[in-house]
Amino acid sequence: MAHTGRTVGRLGEGDWDGKVSEIKKKIKSILPGRSCDLLQDTSHLPPEHSDVVIVGGGVLGLSVAYWLKKLESRRGAIRVLVVERDHTYSQASTGLSVGGICQQFSLPENIQLSLFSASFLRNVNEYLAVVDAPPLDLRFNPSGYLLLASEKDAAAMESDVKVQRQEGAKVSLMSPDQLRNKFPWINTEGVALASYGMEDEGWFDPWCLLQGLRRKVQSLGVLFCQGEVTRFVSSSQRMLTTDDKAVVLKRIHEVHVKMDRSLEYQPVECAIVINAAGAWSAQIAALAGIGEGPPGTLQGTKLPVEPRKRYVYVWHCPQGPGLETPLVADTSGAYFRREGLGSNYLGGRSPTEQEEPDPANLEVDHDFFQDKVWPHLALRVPAFETLKVQSAWAGYYDYNTFDQNGVVGPHPLVVNMYFATGFSGHGLQQAPGVGRAVAEMVLKGRFQTIDLSPFLFTRFYLGEKIQENNII
Amino acid sequence: MAAPWASLRLVAPVWNGRIRGIHRLGGAVAPEGNQKKKRTILQFLTNYFYDVEALRDYLLQREMYKVHEKNRFRDKEWIRPDKYGHFSQEFWNFCEVPVEAVDASDCDINYEGLDNLLRLKELQSLSLQRCSHVDDWCLSRLYPLADSLQELSLAGCPRVSERGLACLHHLQNLRRLDISDLPAVSNPGLTQILVEEMLPNCEVVGVDWAEGLKSGPEEQPQDTASPVPA
Repeated sequence: MAHTGRTVGRLGEGDWDGKVSEIKKKIKSILPGRSCDLLQDTSHLPPEHSDVVIVGGGVLGLSVAYWLKKLESRRGAIRVLVVERDHTYSQASTGLSVGGICQQFSLPENIQLSLFSASFLRNVNEYLAVVDAPPLDLRFNPSGYLLLASEKDAAAMESDVKVQRQEGAKVSLMSPDQLRNKFPWINTEGVALASYGMEDEGWFDPWCLLQGLRRKVQSLGVLFCQGEVTRFVSSSQRMLTTDDKAVVLKRIHEVHVKMDRSLEYQPVECAIVINAAGAWSAQIAALAGIGEGPPGTLQGTKLPVEPRKRYVYVWHCPQGPGLETPLVADTSGAYFRREGLGSNYLGGRSPTEQEEPDPANLEVDHDFFQDKVWPHLALRVPAFETLKVQSAWAGYYDYNTFDQNGVVGPHPLVVNMYFATGFSGHGLQQAPGVGRAVAEMVLKGRFQTIDLSPFLFTRFYLGEKIQENNII
Repeated sequence: MAAPWASLRLVAPVWNGRIRGIHRLGGAVAPEGNQKKKRTILQFLTNYFYDVEALRDYLLQREMYKVHEKNRFRDKEWIRPDKYGHFSQEFWNFCEVPVEAVDASDCDINYEGLDNLLRLKELQSLSLQRCSHVDDWCLSRLYPLADSLQELSLAGCPRVSERGLACLHHLQNLRRLDISDLPAVSNPGLTQILVEEMLPNCEVVGVDWAEGLKSGPEEQPQDTASPVPA
C-alpha cells in the first residue's frame, strides 16, 4: 500500500464504509494465524523469468535443453523453460516415429549428425545418467539400412556412398547378385545397385529416448510447463547496414504462455526463444512476425515448414524375411523392417505430392496401403504377397517444403529466435547432434563441433537449396 | 608329471566336429615307450635316495628346458614388457604368427576395445563369455571377421539380446555359436530357432529345451509280465 506517486484510489468517493471493511479484512488476513488469500496460487504457471524458452518438448526441444545445460559455463548459469502443449505427446512426431537411424545421406553435414547421434545412443547411459534411476534400454537393433537404387539412380548412389565413406560411415555397395546371395527373399528386378549400412545403423525405441531425455533434463534443473505459446512481445529497432540500407531488427522480450483449457496466461520474460515446435513451427514463426512483409524480401520470407501426414502399417507375414532383415527402402520409396521376434513387420511409403493426405487429423487411410504400398512391397519381397495388416498409425513430418532439410540457427531479423526444426522425417536420428549445435550457437555464438551453416534460415531468402536425395 | 614329456603339436586344424574349443587346438602326443627301462631304475633309486631324487629333478628340468626352447610362452600367464619397456626378442619373432583363437572370457573388453580384435584377419575362434560390457553394438562390429571366424561364444553376456544376434548373419563361416545363458534375450527358444534359420551351416548351442518344463507325476511301475495262459 506504498504511495508511489500514482493514484491508488480516491478517498471520499463511493462506498467509504465498504472500503474500510475491505481494508480491515485484508489486514486481518495478513496477520499470523489466518490463511493468506492475498496472493493467488500460481504454482501451475511457468516462472515469470527465464533465460531460454524452448517452444516444443519433443526430442529436438529436449535435446537443445540438455545440451544447453551440459555446455553452460558454470552450473545453474542458464535458466531454461520448456513449453509443451501436450504432455501426453499424442500428436508429437517423436513418439509416432519408426525410430530409424542411418548415415546414408548425400550431405556431409547430415552424415556427421547421424554419426554423432549413433555414438550418443551407444553411450546413452553415460550421457543421460540420473542418480538412482534405472539405466535406459533403447532396444537398439543394429541391423542396418538397405537402400535399393534403380538404373537411373545408381550413379548418384555411388557418389553418395563415396561421401559417406569419407565422413567415416561404414557402408558397402552391393550388386544384384550379391543381394540375392545375402538376402534370398529379395526380388532384384529393377535394382541396379544397393547400399548397405554395416555399423551404427538400425532402429530403436524413440519413446524411451524421449523419457530418458525428460528425466535427465529435469534432473539438471530445466523447468517444464504444459501450455501453449500464444503471443510474443517484442521490440524493434531500425538499423542501417553497411550499404546504408534500413533494416528492422526485432528482439523478443516476452513469451505469453496460455494454460491448458483456460484463458489464464503467464508472460515469461526471456532472452532467447528456441523454435522446436516440429510440425507447427510455422505457426510459432508467424507469431514472431516472420514472413510479414512483401514477398521476395527477407522480411517476407516465411518459414517453409508444414505438417505432412505419414502412415505406418504393421502386418504379419509368417514366411517373411528372417532375423537378419535390415530396414529395406525400395526404389519406389516403400520401406519396411522387422518388428520383434514374431514375424511382424512395419513399413510404409511417402506419398507423392499429388497424393498428399490432409494433415488436419491423424486418421489412417487403409486404402493407401492396399493401392500404393502393398503392390511395391509384394514386388520386392514375393513372400509379402500373403500378409495380414494388424494395425496402423499416422504421424506428422515437420516437412521443409524448400529442400527437405532442417532449419538450424538464428533468424537474421528476429535476432533472438533460434530454429531447430524442419527435418522432414529424420529429426529423431539427428536430434542429439542438432541439439548440441543449437546450444553451441546460443552459448558461444558459432557452430563448433559440426558446422551447420548450410542449414541457416537465410538460405530460404537467398534461394540456396541444399537438396538431400536420400529421404525415405 | 606326464605333461613335460608330451610335445605339443601346433598345427592349424581344419574344422572337424571333434576338435572343440580353443584350449584343444593343439593335440598332445604320447611319448615313445623305449625309455621305460632306464626310467624304472632311476625311479627305483629315487624312492630311496634324496641325492638321486635331486639328480632326477635336475635331469627333468633340462628336458623341460629343451622342450620349452621351442615355445617360450607356455605356462606364462602374461607377456609383459620389462622395466625398460622392452619386450623379449622371442616375442618379436612371433609378430608374423597369425592369432587363431582369442579367449576374452570374463574380460572388461568394450566397444572401443574390439578395435584390437577386429584386425586379426585369421581369427578362427573367439570367446566372449561373461563379458559384462559386450552388448548389441559390439556384435554389430564383428563383421570384418566373417572370412575366418568359425567359432563364437557369447555365453553369459548380460547385455546381449536377440537384436544383437541378428547382425551375426554376416559371419557365414561360423560353425559353432554358443548363445547359452543370455539373460537379456526375451525368448531364448524362438531366438535359437531364428538364429539357426539365419545361419544354416552353423551349430547353434545354448538353449536348454527342458527349461520351463516340469516332470509329470511319477507313474507307478506296471507289472508288464503277461499273465501266464492257463
